[in-house]
Amino acid sequence: MSTVREQTDDGAMLHPEQRAEGDPDAIIRDGRRLDHAEGTSKPLRAHPEPQPRGAKVHGNRPVDQQEAAARFIAAPEHEKMHDERLWDLRQKRDREMHGIPEWEELRSLASAIKEHTLTHLDEYLDQFEANASANGIHVHWARDAAEHNQIVHAILRDNGVKSLIKSKSMLTEECGFRHYMASVGIEVIETDLGERIQQLDNEDPSHVVVPAVHKLRTDVAAVFSRTIGTDPNNSDVHYLAEAQREATRPLILNADAGMTGGNFMVAETGTFVVCTNEGNADLSANVPKLHIASIGIEKIIPRLEHLAVFVRLLSRSALGSPITQYTSHFRGPRAGGEMHVVLVDNGRSERLGLAEFWTSLKCIRCGACMNTCPVYRRSGGLSYGATYSGPIGLIIDPTFNARKYSNLPYASSLNGSCSNVCPVKINIHEQIYAWRRVLVEQHEVPLAKRAAMKAAGVLLSRPAAYRAAIAAADTALAHLPRFVIYNGLNAWGKHREVPHPPKETFHSWDHANRGAKR
Amino acid sequence: MSSRDDILAAIRANLPRVDRPLPHVPLFDDDPPTSLLSAFKDSLHRMGGVFLDPPASGDLLAPLRAKIADAKIVCSTVPEIAGNRDIAGVGVVRDLADVDFAIVRASFAVAETGSVLLSDADLRVNAVAYLAQHLIVLLDPADIVVNLHHAYRRPEFRDRHYACFHTGPSATADIEGVLIHGAQGVRSLSVLPVVRAGDPNH
Repeated sequence: MSTVREQTDDGAMLHPEQRAEGDPDAIIRDGRRLDHAEGTSKPLRAHPEPQPRGAKVHGNRPVDQQEAAARFIAAPEHEKMHDERLWDLRQKRDREMHGIPEWEELRSLASAIKEHTLTHLDEYLDQFEANASANGIHVHWARDAAEHNQIVHAILRDNGVKSLIKSKSMLTEECGFRHYMASVGIEVIETDLGERIQQLDNEDPSHVVVPAVHKLRTDVAAVFSRTIGTDPNNSDVHYLAEAQREATRPLILNADAGMTGGNFMVAETGTFVVCTNEGNADLSANVPKLHIASIGIEKIIPRLEHLAVFVRLLSRSALGSPITQYTSHFRGPRAGGEMHVVLVDNGRSERLGLAEFWTSLKCIRCGACMNTCPVYRRSGGLSYGATYSGPIGLIIDPTFNARKYSNLPYASSLNGSCSNVCPVKINIHEQIYAWRRVLVEQHEVPLAKRAAMKAAGVLLSRPAAYRAAIAAADTALAHLPRFVIYNGLNAWGKHREVPHPPKETFHSWDHANRGAKR
Repeated sequence: MSSRDDILAAIRANLPRVDRPLPHVPLFDDDPPTSLLSAFKDSLHRMGGVFLDPPASGDLLAPLRAKIADAKIVCSTVPEIAGNRDIAGVGVVRDLADVDFAIVRASFAVAETGSVLLSDADLRVNAVAYLAQHLIVLLDPADIVVNLHHAYRRPEFRDRHYACFHTGPSATADIEGVLIHGAQGVRSLSVLPVVRAGDPNH
């Protein structure tokens, strides 16, 4: 896939010519185009295309990622923009990587620090709690999503809160926080632009860093015209962003409480750190008197000196910028204010006990694995039907629900690019493969896939039978009618032509040509 | 058992039984740029910030005065220049919603990233740095550290309740990757090199 891209940029949405003067979207400084966090895009399209929606989720039944991905691919403008925008982020990440001689050393350090911390997680959480409490932060512990929501609700109720502004947090997505708050009559206002778009469209975020990356500007124009009253025919990005700023500002000024997530917690100082580009976390934390931060227990690191390693890696890996526009360190409430931290487990302590999968807890949610993944880029984050999508989602989601997410580990070509870009060196593609085995053992994989894998397992363990089967299959493929090869049971025949079978197998060629010499 | 005890017990029961020592983190400062100020300016520029070069006249504050000449509301927390909104008189945070320019001093800056650190002591009211339309930051060129490893040795991270690296203005690229300055916070961030007043080192 990437080789096709390298060969030709014809028809690309990220236009080289758009980088020149005259691009109405460009911000030029001293003759240089600024591109922190940016992917240049073509401003107008003749035929707006309806946005493909995400996976159809039916309770606990296995999510059909392929079905949703097929609908995304069937929307060529969306697929193309998505693919190119994310690949652009991946390339910017590479540029940053090459600018830092110690990059690989930083990755090794980050991995080692996280593995050390996770193997002493109880001690560091205890230390964080003591130091944060000493600084005046109220620390709460939540076993699961329901308890998290109840704790936050109780804090809000005690303070008479009617409206809450918040910055983006994957943890609150995991907890179904907005749905819960709606059920108890508290208004939640997302203040990250992408997250706000998704909230207004009643859709989950499709990416951990850029939540609305699967939408075209025309989709955003449609959502905003419906919800905040913008001109439906104006899809100028500057206009849309400015309209959202103006619409959200009074909500920020009048909110009773603010909520953020947390990218890191520092045990030795009791500090938590939030990284954003819009400054919306700092507004959420600093405008209302009450600030609540919900943070997963795995986000902890021992000391400030370790924070340097992660801050250097995070935005470079995520967006290809040296740092986020804002890196905010909260060590205690401000004068007259109140600050709460909710430490959330929600399956993390259990994951820690999974010998093959515990290192997935090293994840710092940069999204680099998603940006590089050929499956993710072509299918959109909502096709996974889960809070976490892309390669990291494939190895985290089954820990939440093995049956519902049993198909996800198959949404990978196991090319390993995800592991290569991961700033904390999670062996993502190996864990994806391991999950396939585990889910088959747990009988969570559908019958057709399981039967095929079982038959393959038998064949692969008997060389003679394998060779006979390959020769027979090649003969069969050359002569079978199409409907036998291209049907619902053969995933390799979907959306692609099966390769022409060879006239003879390598083994028979070797036997005929070399066999005599042995 | 309380949730806290439950969670810690579950963690202890599941801790991977492997030895993972905590590594030593180097400062990565073997090859510093020849000028920290130039490196800072370059990094700041890349992130959308503006560095206000001192004019030939030698009047360091002239570019600042020019910037705020047409502003209605200016809120300054620095002694070098007076605004017309007294931060000490701000009763509730939303009183700052109409500020056009906020002027503050940075605790220090980072050459590697082009960041300035603004703490609660620098801001007086934290929200002023986000509610204002534009932010002007005074920086003593002697207060620039080479990289983030050095930055995190600074006392502000142990003394202050709030400290934030600002690297350029509020920005987003959430719609089709198009870069917008002023997503929710300030639309521009300018840095002006001004030696710290009353600093015995100068």
